[in-house]
Amino acid sequence: MTMDTFVPKPSRKPPMSTVGPLAWVRANLFNSTTSALTTLLFFYLLWLYIPPFIDWAFLSANWTGTDRSVCEANPAGACWTFINVRLEQILFGLYFGANPDEVWRPIVGFLLFFSLLIPLLIEGMPHKKWIALAMLTVFPVVFYALIHGEWIGQPIANTSQWGGFLLTFVLAFVGILLALPLGILLALGRRSEMPVIRTMCVLYIEFWRGTPLITILFMASVMLPLFFPAGMEFDKVVRAMIGITMFQSAYTAEAIRGGLSAIPKGQYEAAAALGLGYWRRTVFIILPQALKISIPGIVNTFIALFKDTSLVSIIGLLDLLNMAQSAARSIEWKGYDIEGYLFTGLIFWMFCYGMSRYSQVIERKLDTNRRDN
Amino acid sequence: MSSSPSESKIQAGEPIIRIQGLNKWYGQFHVLKEIDLEVAKGERIVICGPSGSGKSTLIRCINRLESHQEGSIVVDGIELTEDTKHINDVRREVGMVFQHFNLFPHLTVLENCTLAPIWVRKTAKREAEEVAMRFLERVKIPEQANKYPGQLSGGQQQRVAIARSLCMNPRVMLFDEPTSALDPEMIAEVLDVMVGLADEGMTMLCVTHEMGFARKVADRVIFMDGGEIIEQNAPEEFFNQPKNERTKLFLSQILQH
Repeated sequence: MTMDTFVPKPSRKPPMSTVGPLAWVRANLFNSTTSALTTLLFFYLLWLYIPPFIDWAFLSANWTGTDRSVCEANPAGACWTFINVRLEQILFGLYFGANPDEVWRPIVGFLLFFSLLIPLLIEGMPHKKWIALAMLTVFPVVFYALIHGEWIGQPIANTSQWGGFLLTFVLAFVGILLALPLGILLALGRRSEMPVIRTMCVLYIEFWRGTPLITILFMASVMLPLFFPAGMEFDKVVRAMIGITMFQSAYTAEAIRGGLSAIPKGQYEAAAALGLGYWRRTVFIILPQALKISIPGIVNTFIALFKDTSLVSIIGLLDLLNMAQSAARSIEWKGYDIEGYLFTGLIFWMFCYGMSRYSQVIERKLDTNRRDN
Repeated sequence: MSSSPSESKIQAGEPIIRIQGLNKWYGQFHVLKEIDLEVAKGERIVICGPSGSGKSTLIRCINRLESHQEGSIVVDGIELTEDTKHINDVRREVGMVFQHFNLFPHLTVLENCTLAPIWVRKTAKREAEEVAMRFLERVKIPEQANKYPGQLSGGQQQRVAIARSLCMNPRVMLFDEPTSALDPEMIAEVLDVMVGLADEGMTMLCVTHEMGFARKVADRVIFMDGGEIIEQNAPEEFFNQPKNERTKLFLSQILQH
């Protein structure tokens, strides 16, 4: 008697009619009368609105010149001349807008930032740990020295004169830098078995999360000085930083807590059974997994923070948005608000979208469950 | 060698695990009742019983993954109390293998095996890796060392989990239903590793329903039900002449298929 041998059938490709662009168009855009009509309607609306916008924003736009006469001569196009002339003010604030000789300071600062940031984004870059460490420790000090000017023997730009994108960046950078570790500790504390620590963390989180940021900033500006002796001046930017960090750390903590509760009990037990103590279990086993799960939530709060920095206008600080607004309300450029809003919107969008994309890249990189890596 | 265990605290001939008058409750539920158990060095014990009988809870008390309310548990001369330092001292010497493997999914197989030796035993990284590779060879998967657990089959993951425990050079190994989450084709490869370990004289406590394994390697089989030890005996007598009615019923139910 002979034995049967199992020979697996070879795998085939899927049939042609179900793949390729034409099949996709048929399946997604024209698979029924309703769907075909909706598709056509949408294309019609796009055709109606997109070409005139492109014409206004690019083809007929005014790019050159130094005053509004150029734009007034050609009102059919956008007045980018305004942005062009007021660029230093919108990006770096009133001080650097008024002192063109000092503009090199913020420019060098941001060049330094991007020269540290870009290697961090490139996969397989060596010494990433050191670059990240420099970004978190050396960079903030150097950046402050450059912008403020006193330590490097340059004319002083007080923090009250910081503004525009510079201020947005400083508030968001410090907020993110401090809110993340604080948020981690708060999230761990909220899950602690020690009642005192747990209660304190719950109170903190619920208090700051339940208060609007605008209220916090307002309180920091108006109420705080009342508690201190007269004449004692508190830096406005520092107050905004503290308020934003407190507020943001509560949100970050909740995003991280979501990740912590998703870690199976078996992970804690396996780590404990190996003799690892609380902090080693947390640092090596629990946090790396919990933070990975929380990335979308954390980045979400960071994007919100980046945009919320505009609220500092309530305490008289002019961030990117408010600086563009005030520039568009000056006598020289009155009436060109739309250009200002579009420009600031574009900058905000670039940074927020960049953060979002980067978080997706990290998520994919950390996904160790794929069989192909 | 720094990865070698510290001197044992017990005298020759003394049991390595001594449990006396152990009682444990989950809320109102009395899950372990008056358990007395002594385990000699090198002894291999299989614990079986219906689900809910407290067998997993019992071995989880031995490395204090569960705390107990009454009685004493002394492991390698150290009594288990609230004292975190004592608990970690015991856990260092007691390895545990879980039903669902519980490998660390964000670390490679090799990192899973070296983490505790490096951070708990303070072994140098190079040395910890050498030791880990030796144990991975023993469980026959050295070629998977740089993969992540998610890329391995269940049987391979469980063998890594065994290797991970062995890297700590434990005096006692606890197995909590190590094969019950595995596909039938993978059970054998895990049991083979466990038999090999038993042959080398490792002190083992296994909660399992693999009766073939119990017959082959156990010095003693313990039957539990309702939180009590009903019967314990050498496998030969345990399977052929069970003394207790309940044991007989249990064996007839699991052996008839």
